[in-house]
Amino acid sequence: MGLEDLYREIILDHYRSPRNRGELESPPAVRVEGYNPLCGDEIVVYLDVQDGVVADLKIGGQGCSISQSSASMMAAAVKGKTVPEARAVIRAFKAMMSIHEQRLDADGDDAAEKAAAEMAEVKLGDLEALQGVVRFPVRIKCATLSWNTLQQGLDEAGAAQAG
Amino acid sequence: MTLDVARVQKDFPILDRAMPGGGRLVYLDSAASSQKPQSVLDAMTRYYETTHANVHRGVYGIAEEATRLMEEARDKVGRFIGAGPSHEVIFAKNGTECLNLVANAWGRANLRSGDAVLLTEIEHHANLVPWLMLREQLGVELRYIPLGDDGHLDLSELDRLVDGVKLVAVTAMSNVLGTLTPVRLIADTAHAAGAVVVVDGAQYAPHLPTNVGDLGADFFAFTGHKLLGPTGIGVLWGKTELLEAMPPFLGGGEMIRDVRLDGFTPNELPWKFEAGTPPIAETVGLGAAVDYLEALGMDAVRAHEVELTGYALRTLAARFGPDMTIYGPTEPAERGGVISFAYKDIHPHDISQVLDQSGVCVRAGHHCAKPLMRRLGIGATARASFYVYNDESDVDALADALDATSAFFS
Repeated sequence: MGLEDLYREIILDHYRSPRNRGELESPPAVRVEGYNPLCGDEIVVYLDVQDGVVADLKIGGQGCSISQSSASMMAAAVKGKTVPEARAVIRAFKAMMSIHEQRLDADGDDAAEKAAAEMAEVKLGDLEALQGVVRFPVRIKCATLSWNTLQQGLDEAGAAQAG
Repeated sequence: MTLDVARVQKDFPILDRAMPGGGRLVYLDSAASSQKPQSVLDAMTRYYETTHANVHRGVYGIAEEATRLMEEARDKVGRFIGAGPSHEVIFAKNGTECLNLVANAWGRANLRSGDAVLLTEIEHHANLVPWLMLREQLGVELRYIPLGDDGHLDLSELDRLVDGVKLVAVTAMSNVLGTLTPVRLIADTAHAAGAVVVVDGAQYAPHLPTNVGDLGADFFAFTGHKLLGPTGIGVLWGKTELLEAMPPFLGGGEMIRDVRLDGFTPNELPWKFEAGTPPIAETVGLGAAVDYLEALGMDAVRAHEVELTGYALRTLAARFGPDMTIYGPTEPAERGGVISFAYKDIHPHDISQVLDQSGVCVRAGHHCAKPLMRRLGIGATARASFYVYNDESDVDALADALDATSAFFS
């Protein structure tokens, strides 16, 4: 279990040059903050949903390489997607994060099958580089912070439009 | 008397454990929790193997023996912090519970809406949140002694801040900055204003010769596991007249003298504040930890840490220069062996992760002091902290591993 499993080159690239950093005027954009109480990392997701599409998305806040690169790749992955598509990416990513090292041996394990099914639903692409994080359990929360925040943002955007 | 660190290291079995990379364990996180000498482990094992029974109840031999061991530990701990009568030494689960005890038992009996409590900006959450809870529940006003830019508390407004406060709660040593606070000066000022003084000694008692009277404390809280003792045991020392006047905190067995269906009479000190079966083996372990530290000599412990902290500050400055920011006082004599730092723009989590590859254990995060982090304008720091088993080779290992971290992220 080497550091290279955790810090893949693409992760370091997104960490050094984060995509979609910045702010959106809120409102109209939804602004959601996420905190990792463990380490003090915080992330701000600005989300502009128009006609059921994630028209724009910006990331603010500060955190470690894992949380920052995960947020950067997330922004690239969901921008331009419809809300249901974005939710499917969230599900697939979180499924990947919940898979443990033994997953290959876990034949017939319901949770593993469900996770595999959710992952098969969408192509994670670059995000799969974060798979190594599951071998470093304390860092999983770093990787999922922005995703939980995005999920909350989509909920709030949906509620705002329904209202 | 100087500390023979090579001999001390032989007393800590964990330092011999195998590490994944084949190197040795470089444990630099004693401010979070210290390692345990063999004598503490042996005392607890021996207690369970030969003596265990519930205390203060049984009339049979081993129960009396267990009670005697626990009360001996109380006497030792009291002597260790310069307490008067042993009934002023109360055992609880940890330092946090001790501070919650004061906030709840003393606070609820003595504080009303609008009463003021004075804290500092550098407190650990354990000495913040219990008071923030009273703020929500009782409407007490909280004031804060600010942190100056030199890493020390800024006392220039102390007279104004302390005016009219009922209680002052202050750490004796910052778990982030290592800052030693002028507890005696603050206590004298507080007492002149008629306030009660609570001292969070979690970082202080394990590392400096401690005398609660000299500090001017009315309450003094610390925890066993940072002081070479086991987890699950905290100590609250309080002045008899204050403890006597306080209602109990937790209710249950042991803390009562009589219970009727329409009421109860609390037990006498210290058991009034020790509801339920106490952590008996942990008190025995803490007693052994105190014995161990007294054999080393707390003056020698402190001298060693001043020397090692000085070496670390010099080494890190020489090797990393402007790439590293070290928070807190610059003078080793004004601080404990706790070094929080920022290195290049590498996030503390990533630093800690890469250092781990070299067996170097440092803490990364906000160190349960989020208001202090906000004051410093940062989200987190990496923190290396020392104790009796650390030496200059550990500092060198840290510096070497930081070089590797830099290479990895550049």
